[in-house]
Amino acid sequence: MQQTLPDKNGHFGIFGGRYAAETLMPALIELEGTYNEAQNDQTFKDELAFYLREYSGRETPLYYARRLTEKLGGAKIYLKREDLNHTGSHKINNTLGQALLARRMRKRRVIAETGAGQHGVATATVAALFGMECQIFMGEEDIRRQSPNVFRMKILGADVVPVTSGTGTLKDAMNEAMRHWVSRVRDTFYVIGSTAGPHPYPVMVRDFQCVIGEETKRQIMEKEGRLPDVLIACVGGGSNSMGLFYPFKDDTGVEMVGVEAAGKGIKTGMHAASISAGSIGVLHGNKTYIIQDGSGQVKDAFSIAAGLDYPGVGPEHSYFHETGRAEYVAIDDDAAVDAVVFLTRCEGIIPAMESAHAIAHTMKLAPTLAKDKLIVVNLSGRGDKDTGIISEKMGESL
Amino acid sequence: MGRIEKKFDDLKSKGGKALIVYLTAGDPSLKRTYEMILGLERAGVDIVEIGVPFSDPTADGPIIQAASQRALKGGTTLPDILDMIEKVRKVSEIPIVLFGYYNPVFIYGNERFARRAEEAGVDGILMVDLPPEESGELRKYTDRSGIDFISLITPTSDDDRIKKISEKASGFIYYISVTGVTGTKRPEIAEIKRDMGRIRRITSLPVGVGFGISTPEQAGEIAKYADGVVVGSAIVRLIEENSNRDDLVEKVASFAGELKKFSF
Repeated sequence: MQQTLPDKNGHFGIFGGRYAAETLMPALIELEGTYNEAQNDQTFKDELAFYLREYSGRETPLYYARRLTEKLGGAKIYLKREDLNHTGSHKINNTLGQALLARRMRKRRVIAETGAGQHGVATATVAALFGMECQIFMGEEDIRRQSPNVFRMKILGADVVPVTSGTGTLKDAMNEAMRHWVSRVRDTFYVIGSTAGPHPYPVMVRDFQCVIGEETKRQIMEKEGRLPDVLIACVGGGSNSMGLFYPFKDDTGVEMVGVEAAGKGIKTGMHAASISAGSIGVLHGNKTYIIQDGSGQVKDAFSIAAGLDYPGVGPEHSYFHETGRAEYVAIDDDAAVDAVVFLTRCEGIIPAMESAHAIAHTMKLAPTLAKDKLIVVNLSGRGDKDTGIISEKMGESL
Repeated sequence: MGRIEKKFDDLKSKGGKALIVYLTAGDPSLKRTYEMILGLERAGVDIVEIGVPFSDPTADGPIIQAASQRALKGGTTLPDILDMIEKVRKVSEIPIVLFGYYNPVFIYGNERFARRAEEAGVDGILMVDLPPEESGELRKYTDRSGIDFISLITPTSDDDRIKKISEKASGFIYYISVTGVTGTKRPEIAEIKRDMGRIRRITSLPVGVGFGISTPEQAGEIAKYADGVVVGSAIVRLIEENSNRDDLVEKVASFAGELKKFSF
């Protein structure tokens, strides 16, 4: 695989690019310049490393899930514990990086979209840390189903703006954040949480999240003396999965599996599986797999996991799919809920509903593999925010 | 010479300015859109912009977002819009610009779109999310079909960017008069004056100014500095308020007549 992707306009093969309103182009070009400069600036890198270590608590453990492995009876399973980051998910890896860029660009105000609220919380957190004004756009349906995170953002001093258009989920929040950014582009930094959006966001978010895969590589070498056979991570927009996958992309012996959300089932049309069941289109500034009708209108996604409830996917995932570098599968709501309970009772770790999709696929795959195979699952976030949904779903049984 | 160029040339020779009016196709129905285009032409409108509704219009404010939603609910599609324009073209020479987002065109097929748009009599296209960096894949076909590629310049564009955009632009330049989405902020005359100076030093293409212009007075003030003025959300709001009335076309045409009379 080439080292040079994306190209200078942000294309990964036919995917990616910068399909953005002209008002935003100067800001995107400026951001790209600042980012390229920062990448070559040791002070920036040291500062980011400092905050990741001292503030977020990295590195996160690569934990051998012994009971899970034994119960499933196949491959040996390691969990990359991104849930142990400050704020409870991998999202802080990226928001720390982008907040430092915002500071470098002298922008005192940050905005973000959020689905599950994990990225919103991570953005509100760094805004508090660096003394920036913060506004978070969140669909009203997501505000309802992820209320613990809404309270956290408010306590952190962020202004949470409810978005009522569409189905009131992540896509609509991103539309509204982009509209707001168009209106306040001069003084506002838009912190995108996924490997999506116009160039340079997909590459920038990927790079900030690569700390996950880089650590994993070092840790598995220490523990097992070899690379894993399979990497598994959930894919909404695709930031935690790309962060885990990318550092392994040239290690051809390592299989990568991205797990999309099948919602109520692919056949029902109520899902968020852009690669598994979508087609190529242009949404939110990039060309990628999206969920759309035959006229090019974007359909509403559906998933019990608000963080996966998005009808698109990062363009580099589309590229990995097209080139066969990664495989993409889909897991439905019920299997994800079962996986939450299974992992929790097995290991005493409550995974986020998003991460539970990756666990659910592991539950299918591990028993089919020999005991000397190694699987690494990205446990991208913790499930405290989901206890309401899970108890709703389980009813009396909890 | 294309209809757009000819229109600006004619106006220039008479010392007039172009009134450009935006309608969302299919709001309240394509039949009504057809009637309104003809009504607008009778009222003296020089160019119409026909919005192709899209599910995620990130450059539009609430008024045009809602119109797009209504049009999509009514089942409006790009091929049907092109059929409607073809009907207009049988009875009218008013220049028509298709305004919208790239995905519906991409899904219809760039080559097929260019061919069909040419047949239907579309004069120009304005794709909000196709900056010069990405427009090649569509222009490969639309340039060959003689369709103008209307390009956007904004208050955030610096001189280098203006140069880059206008080198490739055709028909006219659409100057977005506010840093924002459609129909939300009021344009600042001083800023427009300054930017028109910058644009004119770089390109000789005619310049239309739009976003946030809602009254005949504003249109008149801005027309002093531009070659044309675009009114969108104010018209779309009027359509929304009168969508069920028999005299919808008259109401819209009469407002357009006011805009034209007051300022051109």
